[in-house]
Amino acid sequence: MSPAVFPSRSVASRLTTLFWRHPRLLLGLLLAPPLLWLGLVYLGALAALLLQSFYSIDDFSGLIVPELTLKTYAQLFRPSNFDVITRTLLMALSVTVASGVIAFPVAYYAARFARGRWKAAFYLGVMLPLWSSYLVKVYAWKLILAKEGIVTWAATATHTDWLLDAALSLPGIGGSSLSTSYIGTFLVFCYVWLPYMILPMQAALERVPTSMLEASADLGATAGQTFRTVTLPLALPGIIAGSIFTFSLTLGDYIIPQIIGNSASFIGMAVYQLQGTAGNVPLAAAFAVVPILIMLVYLTLARRAGAFDAL
Amino acid sequence: MRSEASWPLRIAALAGLLFLHLPILLIFLYAFTTDERTFTFPPPGLTTQWFAVAWNRADIWPPLMLSLQVALFSTLLALVLGTLVAAAMSGARFFGRDQLSLLIVLPIALPGVITGIALRSAIPMLHLNFGWQTIVLGHATFCIVIVYNNAVARFRRLSGGILEASADLGANAFQTFRYILLPNLGTALLAGGMLAFALSFDEVIVTTFTAGTGAASKTLPIWMLDELIRPRQRPVTNVVAMVVFATTFLPILLAYYLTREGSETAGSGK
Repeated sequence: MSPAVFPSRSVASRLTTLFWRHPRLLLGLLLAPPLLWLGLVYLGALAALLLQSFYSIDDFSGLIVPELTLKTYAQLFRPSNFDVITRTLLMALSVTVASGVIAFPVAYYAARFARGRWKAAFYLGVMLPLWSSYLVKVYAWKLILAKEGIVTWAATATHTDWLLDAALSLPGIGGSSLSTSYIGTFLVFCYVWLPYMILPMQAALERVPTSMLEASADLGATAGQTFRTVTLPLALPGIIAGSIFTFSLTLGDYIIPQIIGNSASFIGMAVYQLQGTAGNVPLAAAFAVVPILIMLVYLTLARRAGAFDAL
Repeated sequence: MRSEASWPLRIAALAGLLFLHLPILLIFLYAFTTDERTFTFPPPGLTTQWFAVAWNRADIWPPLMLSLQVALFSTLLALVLGTLVAAAMSGARFFGRDQLSLLIVLPIALPGVITGIALRSAIPMLHLNFGWQTIVLGHATFCIVIVYNNAVARFRRLSGGILEASADLGANAFQTFRYILLPNLGTALLAGGMLAFALSFDEVIVTTFTAGTGAASKTLPIWMLDELIRPRQRPVTNVVAMVVFATTFLPILLAYYLTREGSETAGSGK
């Protein structure tokens, strides 16, 4: 009688048994690298940013004083800095509303009427601009809005240049040409963030059950009434979800107002210039905390409206 | 009840789509203009000389190569990290799961300028020098979520049964990964990788914060940004813009076709 011979077990199969007996161990091994990366690199960086915003800068030496103070935050309320914040907020609000208005017909048509090949065309038609190069899109608008560019040409050709001139002479938002006015900045923001608005809107509209629309019609509602009392309330979370993107992206952008606009400062530009040429990292950090706070409030309100289920 | 769309709705929807696409076409047109100082429309004349000029400009090649290198490394890092998170998130319920999913989305949900300045202020604290590696550090961070979104959707569709069947038939964990999991995840990972590559190749906001100052860390988008602020030979910028557009357009289209059969389609969220 010789003893039973078991095949020698390889490291791989011994590890397999170990993972089978202790599933938590496998989970830990899977999670460790991404957690280390995001936890250390990203959360660490955000914590560093938050900490810096409580530092201040010495007025005489220009050096950072690493003592906790609210002095830097108080500087945000100086008129010149506070203007930057209100300007950015107003821009983000108007861009969000305008994108919503332009996006709705596209999303509504794609969700309710487009079928088969058209549906795919609409999807690609929104997705490709969403992913295609941001800088190329901004550059395209520099060509369009330039004084000698296509908009001026089209206005002259259709004899509507008086309309363009009237828009440009509006106090506050006008300028010498579209590419150096708030109107230009606003148009480019709308263009660049529009796909972010369409996609969640379309997803929400697709989830509105057809049976409810039929029930509404059976009960005698006109198309307009059905739209106002059934479709719109049910699609609202999707609209709010889209607005999160347009709002947040406008709050933080600093490239667009730098290239197209009247060189008035926005939050993103303030952050970039303060940390770079001015070397005032604490104030830059405090400026960066402003959009974080605004977005936290916005997200809390959006969560109450059920927007996260629509993402 | 399937009524036809009304004409105003059709026109508004089509106008919206045209609004999204026509501006890009102008980039192509202006690459052929003979006017190198302004953006006169219509172009005074057409020429193809700018393609040759761009080809021979020595300042374009190093940024192009750097951008490809950064996008490649960021994509590879994001592929590994994103797949790991997706595997962990799909397999188990654990403490902090919701917080983790928030943490993954955060780098892309917060405005880029915040991710940028956060990394900018943290990197010197870690005693790292700014260079192409720090650009990769930033890019990989926000590319993780792209890979994760694609992979986790595929994991959800994959039934746990085939993994158990593989184990029952005597495969060890690594064989199951190699012969069962990887072939099933393949197209989703490829799609996620493509999107991550496109995103990294064209990223400019975080890059301006994490790049060093020298020419050695000038990516193609940063080169383009410089040309936008201080233009010279404008049509050359258009030629480069066409290259950037094509380099991001093709992977995105491929990602769409790789995943369109499934219930999840790549690219529905950025």
